[in-house]
Parts: sequence; C-alpha cells; structure tokens
Amino acid sequence: MRSTEPPSGSLFPGSSVLEQPLSGTPALRILIADDSDSDRLILKKLLSREGHEVLEARDGLQAVERFREARPQLVLLDVMMPRLDGMEAAREIKALAGETLVPVIFLTSLSDADALAQCLESGGDDFLSKPYNRVIIRAKINAFNRMRMMHQTLSEQRDLIHEHNRTLLEEQNVAKRVFDNVAHTGCLDAPNIRYHASPLSIFNGDVLFACPRPAGGMQILIGDFTGHGLPAAIGAMPVAEIFYGMTSKGFGCEDVLREINQKLKRILPTGMFCCAALIQADFHHNQLRVWNGGLPDGFLVRRNGKRIALPSTHLPLGVLEPAQFSSAVDVIQTEPGDILLMMTDGVLEAENAAGEFYGERRLLKSLERVATGLHPFDAVMAGAIGFIESGPEQDDLTLLSLEMVGGAQLADVAGHQLQSALQGPENWRCEYVISDHTLAHFSPLPLLLHICMEVPGLRRRSGEVYTLLSELYTNALEHGVLALPSDWKNSPEGFGRYYAEKERRLNDVSGHRIRFTLEHRQTGFGGELRVSCEDTGPGFDFRRYLAGDERKPRYAGRGLTLLRQLSHSLTFHKQGNHVEIVYHWRFSEGSGELPRG
Amino acid sequence: MTDQPHLDEEALAELQDVMEDEFDVLIQTYISDSSDRLATLKTTLEAGDMEGFSRCAHSFKGSSINIGVPRLGALCRDAELAGKSGDLAQAGALVARIEEEFRVIQARLETLLVQSG
Repeated sequence: MRSTEPPSGSLFPGSSVLEQPLSGTPALRILIADDSDSDRLILKKLLSREGHEVLEARDGLQAVERFREARPQLVLLDVMMPRLDGMEAAREIKALAGETLVPVIFLTSLSDADALAQCLESGGDDFLSKPYNRVIIRAKINAFNRMRMMHQTLSEQRDLIHEHNRTLLEEQNVAKRVFDNVAHTGCLDAPNIRYHASPLSIFNGDVLFACPRPAGGMQILIGDFTGHGLPAAIGAMPVAEIFYGMTSKGFGCEDVLREINQKLKRILPTGMFCCAALIQADFHHNQLRVWNGGLPDGFLVRRNGKRIALPSTHLPLGVLEPAQFSSAVDVIQTEPGDILLMMTDGVLEAENAAGEFYGERRLLKSLERVATGLHPFDAVMAGAIGFIESGPEQDDLTLLSLEMVGGAQLADVAGHQLQSALQGPENWRCEYVISDHTLAHFSPLPLLLHICMEVPGLRRRSGEVYTLLSELYTNALEHGVLALPSDWKNSPEGFGRYYAEKERRLNDVSGHRIRFTLEHRQTGFGGELRVSCEDTGPGFDFRRYLAGDERKPRYAGRGLTLLRQLSHSLTFHKQGNHVEIVYHWRFSEGSGELPRG
Repeated sequence: MTDQPHLDEEALAELQDVMEDEFDVLIQTYISDSSDRLATLKTTLEAGDMEGFSRCAHSFKGSSINIGVPRLGALCRDAELAGKSGDLAQAGALVARIEEEFRVIQARLETLLVQSG
C-alpha cells in the first residue's frame, strides 16, 4: 500500500562524521584515571563544563575495566597509579580499542624529558602537565577529537573500499561462471590446437572459442574487444552464442562473421568493437579459410618452414553497417603439418621492465627459430615470455596455434554443447523448396539441420545428419540443376574449371528448384528420418552406379557411397533426379557421444 | 628553593571560578588526602621504603601544584628526589618541613572556605 505520510527522518540521512563541525568539539565520553581525589575532581569539573561525559577510575586496573564497559572516546591517565600504572593501562586500552583510534593522554607532573618520552613510547598520544590549564586542555581535546574523527572516516572509507572490492571480485566470479557456461572454450582441447590465454582474459576483452563443425573440421574465433573489464566482457556473450550456435548448426565462417558483425554493430556503443580473426579449418580438403579484421598478422608456417603472413584486410567486427561489411576470406590450401598462428595485440604489446614492447620485429625473430625444429607456438611463447622477464604482469596475452591434420586423424574432437533437456518433437513432416537465383546465394543446409536438431535423438548425430543433407544437396545442385560433369574434378585444371563453371551457371539459373521433404517419426527402437531430395535437373544413370560400374568414377561417387553407408536405405526415383534416404537412430547408444562415420 | 609563595592566589581564584559550588569539597578533599599522604611519608620513611616514599611525594607534589600551593609542591618535589637518591637524612628533614608547610597552607585554605562558605 502506498503511504500518504511524508517520509520521516532527516532530509539528509546517513550524514557521515565528515559533516560534523570540526571546530566546536561535540560532547565526548572521556575516561579519567587518577589516584589523587582532588586532581580528579578538578579535571572532572573542567571537562564537564565543556559538555563532556566523564567516567572516573582510581587506578590502572579500574581504568581498563571502565574502558571495557563503556568504550570512552578519549582517555586521560595519570602516570603513577597503584595496582596498574598508567603506561601499562595505556597498552591494555590500546589493545582493547583495536582499530579504533582512542587517544590516550597522560596526566603528569613528571618533568624530566626521558620520563615524558617514555609516556609516548608506551602508546600514549600526548601528555598534560599539572597544574591543569583549561585552555590547553580544551585545545588538546579538540585536536585529538579531530584526529579521532579523521581516523574514523579513513577507516570507514577503507572498509568501504574493501567491501566494494570484495563485491567486485565476487561479481566477477559470478560473471565468469556465466561466461564460462556461454563462452566455454569449445574444442580448444583438440590435439591439434595449442593456445595461451589468461583464465580471466575475458575481463581484458580477449575471446578465444573453437567449435567442431557438424560435417567435420572446426571453426575458431580469436578476438580482442576494445576496453577492459566488464564492458569488454559483455560483448563476448553474444559473440560466443552466435559463434557456437551457428557453427554447430553447420554455418560457414562467412555467415557467422556477418551475424556477429551485425549483432555487435547493433549492441556496442560507438568506439567499441572487436578485433578478431575467424578461421574455418577443413581437414578433409586440407583447406583454411581465414578472415582477419584488426588483429596482428597471423602466420601460416608450412611444414617446410616457409611462412605466409595473414594480415588484417578488414575492419574489426562491430564497426561497419551490415551493407558495407565484407566477409570475404582468404582461402589457403594446406598440407597436414602446416601450422596456423594467430594472436591478439597483447602479444605484440607485451612489455618488459624498460617499458619496451615485444613488437613485430622481435616476433619475426622468434619465429626464425622454427627452422631449428621448434613448434611455432613455443617459439613465440618463449620469445615473448623471455622478453617480458621482470616486466609488469600481463594477462591479455592470447596466442593460438592450429595444426592442419589429415582428415581421418581428428575423428574424436568433441564439442561441449549442452543438450537441451526438453523433449523435442517426435512425429513431423516438412517440405522446403528453393528455386532459381536463391539457389545461387543461399544454403538451406543450416536451416534443415536446425529443424532436425530439434529431435534430441538426432542432436547427438548432427555430424551424420549434416553429411546426409549436404551430400544430397550438393548432388542435386551441382550434378542435377547445374548439370556439372563430376569427372572434371579428376584433374587439377578441371577442378578449377569445375568451380568457375559452377559460379557461372549459378548466376543464370532459371526455372529450377530443389525440393527437400523431411519426415521424422518415433519408432520402437528410436526414430526414423526420411529425407527426400528432388531437383529439376536431367538426372543421371543411377542404375549404372548401383550396378557398381566404376569405369567413370565421379567425385560425387564418394558422396553416394557415404550416403549408402550412413543410411538404412537409399532409393532413386524417376530419371535419377529424386533421391530418398531412410535414416535410423537408436535409443541409448551411449548418449552424449558423437557418432563415428 | 623554598622562595615560592605559600599560595598561588591567581590559580586559586581560577579554581574557585571553575569549581563553583564544589570548591569547598575540593579543598576538603585535598586537605584530607594530604593528611593521609603526610602520614604515608612518615611510615614509609620509618620502614625505609624509599620507593614508596618517592611515589607518595610525587603524588603529593602533583595535587599540591594543581590546587595552587607551590611552596608545598616544591618541598614534595625535593622529597621525591631525596627518596630516589636514598638520602634518608635529607628525606627526614624534608618531611618535617612538609608537615610545617602543610599546617600553614591548611590554615590559609580553610580561611578561603570560610570566605566562600
């Protein structure tokens, strides 16, 4: 219920001690300890007249006791007292006060300098000589009260800073746990990847993700957000989501780049962006696709020691509008044993004690040691770490190396994708047709895979499903619609001609379409996925293929063999332009495991 | 050494001002404390407890200075020093002079009481 009462209390709640007047001393609770009754009487009267509350003690023990009970803010102690003398009482009182500053002033008729000095050494803050002078007493109490309040303010602010710092660290830890779930490292632990990144690098704006692709191979993103701390880390979240989400659904690096750029452009404030490189590695064809926007030069170190620089040819992600953005990649043919090296600015800006940067010149020098058999990753790490030596601690140093391997060598790379606990759809059917120039610039594969991945039983077999879909689609498009002869691909010259021709024919596709029909149903043993793919091309003599005629081996022949191996059945209809496969999956085949080919 | 006045009139006037109606209590307290201290000086001296003697003289000195009887304060200081140096003869002589001075100022202070009372 909303109250109509005005808020009670002061207009300025929580006013701190700082706002109390420093000049006129507020009333204090003061303990005086003196075994001389007449002296105590005088002092008590002097202080009471100033408005202070006075507690009395006749000796040291009583003084400590009274302090413990009443926590006075200021203590006046006679030096010579029975039972416990003033100096000993001062030590105990200071110990009891702990962090609080309780000024202790000795009352004394001592006159020799040594004795006075000893008073201060025992923990006293000052002394007051007999006979008492009320002007001096007032001035000293004022001075010590100012000191006491200043100390209190400092302590409060220090505690506040500690508290803020503790909260900040706690928040960072929570944030890091969230980031680790979303922005996990994917398949960075694959045997052909080596990397260096600070565990808290995300708070320096560095990101490093790797994700296996459903059809094999992997995609890696290494990046560096402008700025530091939480703001830099926040941008990493959508990047990770898009990168892992799209890569695992089969999207290639161009699509992923466009999506990330568009997202960052929309959410990041002007002046904040992400220098990044996206690498798509295909181990079957031993091919690298590299996009570098704003990161230092990457290097491909060939097995024979030759080095190819991969400089930045784009603006960082999040700078350009989608219409201006280019996702054009460098395509590099590689061989097993070639090693790609990518790094963030932090490597080049690694600083030594003299304030010098490691820099590109030293980096290249370090890379020369590859000739002695050193792994490029080790060469750069050793170079940079050796250079920093006793320099300032650097936690924004991110370095990655990716070794190209033979296609079969990397069957076990497992992604760390979390499976949805939700029950997916069991029985469904859908038809998807794309036609004419859409065939030229749109791949339906991610979408189709996405539909299939709604079924938990298929999700574990995303690699197989993707292979099935992509082989069917490639076959329908290249050999069906475009009627490209696959035997061109048997020679290196023909290979080039094949792709040039594909490009050309795609541009004037007309009156063609490809129709996918996907149907899934639950069965007693698991599920059955039927995929039918029909194109408007002339078809081919599948009977000869099925009869095992290998006189004219087709590149696509490999694809058909794969389809037959993966599926329960493979059927050709019409003149060969309609293919239908039936794919079975079974329950409890070691859930969570990726399928093997 | 003992050229100080019996009473510091100025200090006493200020004390009267500060203590207001508690001035009489203060003077009576001082006189009673001082009688005790005089007795302690004698017993410690007889027992040869020079440390106790010194301490008592020290306290006696402090309260005397505070109350505004500087000559007695000075005698107490001399007694404290004699006690520390173990000079029994000097200490004994000083106790006698302290007692004599105390009688003087006691009488004078009591006149103040009468005046203010």
